[in-house]
Amino acid sequence: MLYINCPHCGLRSQNEFAYGGDATVKRPELNKEISDQEWDNFVYLRKSPRGKHLELWHHISGCRQWIKVERDTSTHEIFKTYKANEAIE
Amino acid sequence: MSQGFRLDNVGMVNREKKISFKFNGKKYFGFEGDTIASALIANGVHLVGRSFKYHRPRGFFGVGVDEPYAILQLDRNNERDPNIRATEQEIFEGLEVKSVNCWPSVNFDIGAINNFLKMFFPAGFYYKTFMWPPSFWYKIYEPFIRMAAGFGEASIKHDKERYEHKYEYCDLLITGSGPSGLASAYAAAKNGARVILAEDKPRFGGSLLTSDVNIGNQTGVEWTEKIIAELKSMPNVTVKNRSQVFGYYDHNMLVMSERISDHLPKTQKYLPKQRLWYIRANEVLISSGSIERPLVFGNNDTPGVMLSSAAKEYMKVYGVLVGKKPLIFTNNDSGYETAIEFKKNGVNPIILDTRSDPSSDIIAEAKNLNIEIRFSYVVVAAKGYKKVKSADIAKISDDKKELFNIENIECDCICVSGFWTPSIHLASQSGNKSKFNEKIDAFVPDKSKQKENTIGSANGIFTLEETIKDAFDKGFDVSNKITEKNNKVSVPTVVEKKSTDHDKFWCVPLPKGKSYKRFLDFQNDVAVSDIELALREGFRSIEHVKRYTTLGMATDQGKTSNLNGLQLVSDIENKVVPQVGHTTFRPPYTPVSIGAIVGREVGKHSKPTRKSPMHSWHEKNNAVFVDAGVWLRPRYYKQGNEGLFEASKREAKNVRQNVGVCDVTTLGKIDVKGPDAAEFLNRVYTNAWLKLPVGKARYGVMLREDGIVMDDGTTTRISENHYHMTTTTAQAANVLSHLEYYLQLVWPELNVNVVSTTEQWAGAAIAGPNSRKLLMKLFPNLDVSNEGLPFMGYKEADLFGVPAKIYRISFSGELAYEINVESDNGYFMWEKIMEVGKEFQIQPYGTEALSTLRIEMGHVAGSELDGRTIPYDASLEGLVSKKKDFIGKRSLNRSAFTSTDREKLVGVVPIDKTTSIPEGSYIVKDPKAKLPNPKLGHVSASCWSVEYDNPFSLAIIKDGKNMIGQKLFAMSPLKNKTIPVEIVSSHYVDPEGKRVRS
Ligand SMILES: [Zn+2]
Repeated sequence: MLYINCPHCGLRSQNEFAYGGDATVKRPELNKEISDQEWDNFVYLRKSPRGKHLELWHHISGCRQWIKVERDTSTHEIFKTYKANEAIE
Repeated sequence: MSQGFRLDNVGMVNREKKISFKFNGKKYFGFEGDTIASALIANGVHLVGRSFKYHRPRGFFGVGVDEPYAILQLDRNNERDPNIRATEQEIFEGLEVKSVNCWPSVNFDIGAINNFLKMFFPAGFYYKTFMWPPSFWYKIYEPFIRMAAGFGEASIKHDKERYEHKYEYCDLLITGSGPSGLASAYAAAKNGARVILAEDKPRFGGSLLTSDVNIGNQTGVEWTEKIIAELKSMPNVTVKNRSQVFGYYDHNMLVMSERISDHLPKTQKYLPKQRLWYIRANEVLISSGSIERPLVFGNNDTPGVMLSSAAKEYMKVYGVLVGKKPLIFTNNDSGYETAIEFKKNGVNPIILDTRSDPSSDIIAEAKNLNIEIRFSYVVVAAKGYKKVKSADIAKISDDKKELFNIENIECDCICVSGFWTPSIHLASQSGNKSKFNEKIDAFVPDKSKQKENTIGSANGIFTLEETIKDAFDKGFDVSNKITEKNNKVSVPTVVEKKSTDHDKFWCVPLPKGKSYKRFLDFQNDVAVSDIELALREGFRSIEHVKRYTTLGMATDQGKTSNLNGLQLVSDIENKVVPQVGHTTFRPPYTPVSIGAIVGREVGKHSKPTRKSPMHSWHEKNNAVFVDAGVWLRPRYYKQGNEGLFEASKREAKNVRQNVGVCDVTTLGKIDVKGPDAAEFLNRVYTNAWLKLPVGKARYGVMLREDGIVMDDGTTTRISENHYHMTTTTAQAANVLSHLEYYLQLVWPELNVNVVSTTEQWAGAAIAGPNSRKLLMKLFPNLDVSNEGLPFMGYKEADLFGVPAKIYRISFSGELAYEINVESDNGYFMWEKIMEVGKEFQIQPYGTEALSTLRIEMGHVAGSELDGRTIPYDASLEGLVSKKKDFIGKRSLNRSAFTSTDREKLVGVVPIDKTTSIPEGSYIVKDPKAKLPNPKLGHVSASCWSVEYDNPFSLAIIKDGKNMIGQKLFAMSPLKNKTIPVEIVSSHYVDPEGKRVRS
């Protein structure tokens, strides 16, 4: 079980969190004309990298904040965690 | 029966307390502190089971978790427990155990015929034998495999025992209380670290219990007792026996099972049977020791052939002789220690040493004791069927390929030592890639992946002096990283006998003309010939060889079988062992009971139960409840002999004719507050929200980004910047997460806060033509006329002294209101509604009537919004704004979603107006069409229409609206029904929606 350092609450066990997928995906702005391809990329296409991955976790049984976690998908090592809108190093 | 193999005054069992137990129905005696194995051996019993595949007789091979054979079925306190190792289970008064894998008895086993048919059971026999014809599976193969397989029978009764889970945090977890575990625990504890020391066995000390050594001028046993006593007195230390750390997971999470009551006749009142510990450790020291390696020779699975270290432990710990004419077969000095122990207890052993001319302190001692030793000698084959009676032994050439002077000598046990295999399971589970150590022919842990270190013989260190020194250092180092106290204790002096190098020889060649089975994996009946066959058949990867032959599977997990198997593959392939590699070690290291894994999350405790504040009223009034997620909701209120069908029909009818009241507390409720709340709702819902006035409610639909409907519900503008959103019961939690996602990550610039208020409000829906009259009586000072409180209006008022909120919304399609009060007042509100409603013929109605009402109105719910439908499919196109953007809008333009033949919502009525259509039925044109019959759509919900008194269903079918009026068929192969139907509008009752506005 992972041990995730919530930037708001501190180190908490994985079972307090819900996984939220790739954190680098950016939603297209509202009312912007975009192609089917761009929209499909946003809705469906995700990379599944082996190694470093910036991903969303929702501290659902804690502070209810969405956070960003930089994790190695093969070793589960967590390098750093960020608040929702903190600048990523 | 007398304990004929029990030594006087030797061992650690409690001679004061005699204990009786039954094995295969026969009564035996042992002493408190005995395991089943030691007590049976004391009684001269060695035949305890039959092997997995060939049903060969099985005895005892080890003395602890390494035991591959002696797996028994236990009856304790009227409970059945399979997969019990006789070498671990302690005896208690009244214990009953029996053998597994044998029928009708362990002495006469019909399955043993497999042994004579063994040419039919080679490697991969399951894959080869049970292939064809397929019809044989059901009648012949499966029953046969079921008869033959398994380590006992699981109980099918509910397990009444209690199992607990415990979460613990520590600076340092140490897995094993042998010399390295004790030394490191002591050093770390003295340095102020919070330490957990876990020992699998009942007694602490590991190898110190049986080795003839001296630490700080004390015997190993004395030193152990002193250290344990001191550790137990320290507040920063937890010491646990009968506790196996069996799994090493991510981020230094380890799981340990503590057997609290297994050794007692009955679980004590306030204690669980077992406790599962989830331990998050800052650092881990793995001190799991090593397991003696078998030597491979003919019939080396015969009862009486066992590890030499086990024979020694039976003598020193339990005071039991495994035999009175022992043959010791060894390739290293460990066998000599066992021989010396036999000699000290008045038994004359013979040592066969594969080495030609070794010399060391221990060998010299054995010679001084006049023990017969034969160098360059091997056991060729054990003789005897149910117990070793003699052995063919031979001199072996220097190149270890030829045998000379084969002779038969009498013996009653053969104690083997093929050197030691470090238990690297936990280190390997942590992600540590092991490395091969040539000196000891075994894998040891390599670089740490997580915060772990392996110490003692688990790390391939086999001298006590080095072990103790290294463990004291490691205990200090890892604790000091955490505590920084620099409190270093001095390392005691160690006196031990020096031993010399072992011989890498491990497998005795077959003499000419002999085809003895030479076993590698004793538990799974894998012999040398099976591995040879697998390789001949082209299996190369060790992982494939393992699965094809079953080498190292089940509870063995490579404990005794691993290295000899790898050695054989390497020899055949002309490789060295590290090139072959080893299979992956996975948790659990030892079997864990399912009960311990489940803990207390059984039955009603497997999930929380949510109840509305009116629950006890429902109970008192004969409600039959249904699970709605974790909520309990009344499904119907039973009157007299009514069943579900009659009751729900009566309740629904009463809503259409008079007035009904329904507990709607379970609906999700979310407060949306802030200056940008309107803008936020406008983005979340598909329809327009900017112009909703204060005091008005609106129905809304929200989509996922892929265009699929996520949820629906009404949201009311309570004040300028405050909205009260409702969601379906099922989606409440998901909708909240969804809103938080957009507010926190996508549009952080919006000044809006959301919070769940589901538990804060109790809700009652009153519906039916009499509902306004009822409302007038409930709120006499409020203008509830159609003008004063119009459809989708909202009012706050006082309900007999209790503040209430009234929403004029309707799910039933009737004139209806929803009243919310604070949860604490819910029961009061409900009673008042029932009391005042009496004169209007009010009746409570449950979810079944609620479904009937919404289905015949054509209102969609979860069975239509099933994660596949877009708004158009559910006839919700009127709610999709063309002007503004919202979540998921762009997806609605995708070609699959704009195609005209999408499945859409319609109504379905059986032509005969009597046959109910099963939910899930397919709608087809021709019921006799060739299979697979082209499907037009499916029936999503069915009810008995109380308005028209005939069955009615909703369905989602291709090109739905254009199908209205067509005569088709509903087919349910599951219910074996084909029903002629007519497609009608989904708005079966009050299509203009007059009633809700009346
Ligand atoms: Zn948090």
